[in-house]
Amino acid sequence: MRFFEDMHVGERTELGSHTFTAEEIKTFARKFDPQRFHVDEAAAAASHFGRLCASGWHTTAVYMRLFVDFERREADAARARGETPARDGPSPGIRDLRWLKPVYAGDTVSFAREVKELRDATRQPGWGLMVALNTGTNQHGELVFSFVGAKFAERRNKSSAKVDG
Amino acid sequence: MPKFHWEDFTPGQVSEYGPREVTAEEIKAFAAEFDPQPMHLDEEAARASFVGSLCASGWHTCAILMRIIADGFVLDSASLGATGCPEVKWLAPVRPGDRLRVRMKVLATRASRSRSDLGFVDARFDMFNADDLPVMMLTCHMMLGRRPAVS
Repeated sequence: MRFFEDMHVGERTELGSHTFTAEEIKTFARKFDPQRFHVDEAAAAASHFGRLCASGWHTTAVYMRLFVDFERREADAARARGETPARDGPSPGIRDLRWLKPVYAGDTVSFAREVKELRDATRQPGWGLMVALNTGTNQHGELVFSFVGAKFAERRNKSSAKVDG
Repeated sequence: MPKFHWEDFTPGQVSEYGPREVTAEEIKAFAAEFDPQPMHLDEEAARASFVGSLCASGWHTCAILMRIIADGFVLDSASLGATGCPEVKWLAPVRPGDRLRVRMKVLATRASRSRSDLGFVDARFDMFNADDLPVMMLTCHMMLGRRPAVS
């Protein structure tokens, strides 16, 4: 996680990509969303989707994994430079979550994040609020998923004050 | 033939689903696969985090809500999936042992203009723990098949 002061509006980050296999689509869906088009190839073929596709909540979960891995790489890089990485802040929520197209078995989705807004978190001293547009694009270049997420980001100033104090 | 079709949902209608108990094991298992942050992975590490104790990933909570409504009505409906969620708010941590229930309120319904066999249902879902504290709310655009005409 970067410090609030190091974030810039318009900055775009590629978070990485993931190939959704039929097996993992079915495993996730059996636990959380066992609708026929997420758990059974034949039933999916007969459905309006036409083929086995991932639960929308599976897509968001995979996005999260790639985001956490990205933040971990940033924290490791900061430590390698001899700096203390910013602490992780929670998310109060998201908006405009859109499942624009099905994520089919075998699809590779590339996830990215673009900072849209940086503002003061008035009730959380030492933290700012970062608002970002998050997207998933399949191997055909089609946007399949997007949402606007908010996350608290630690301010550098407070951190150095703590170290000094 | 599924029990619930688009026609079965009317604005203002309220229904409740659940409860479902959340275990520490499933919180950690979901986190290890999808959201490996300290507050979701391990009691000890969670104490040093922003939240202060082990709690479920917000995305896990969304997935649990999905499972509760799947068992509640979706699996016995002509569901055609959902196109999105205008709002998702995580209001309080979901902790091991929480028994979660979901209240659904239908906000609006609309028949598809281009396809006579489906319609849209906009709903709000509020999730509560056993102390009746709201832990999450989301609004969702769902698609459902229409009840076939009796010939």
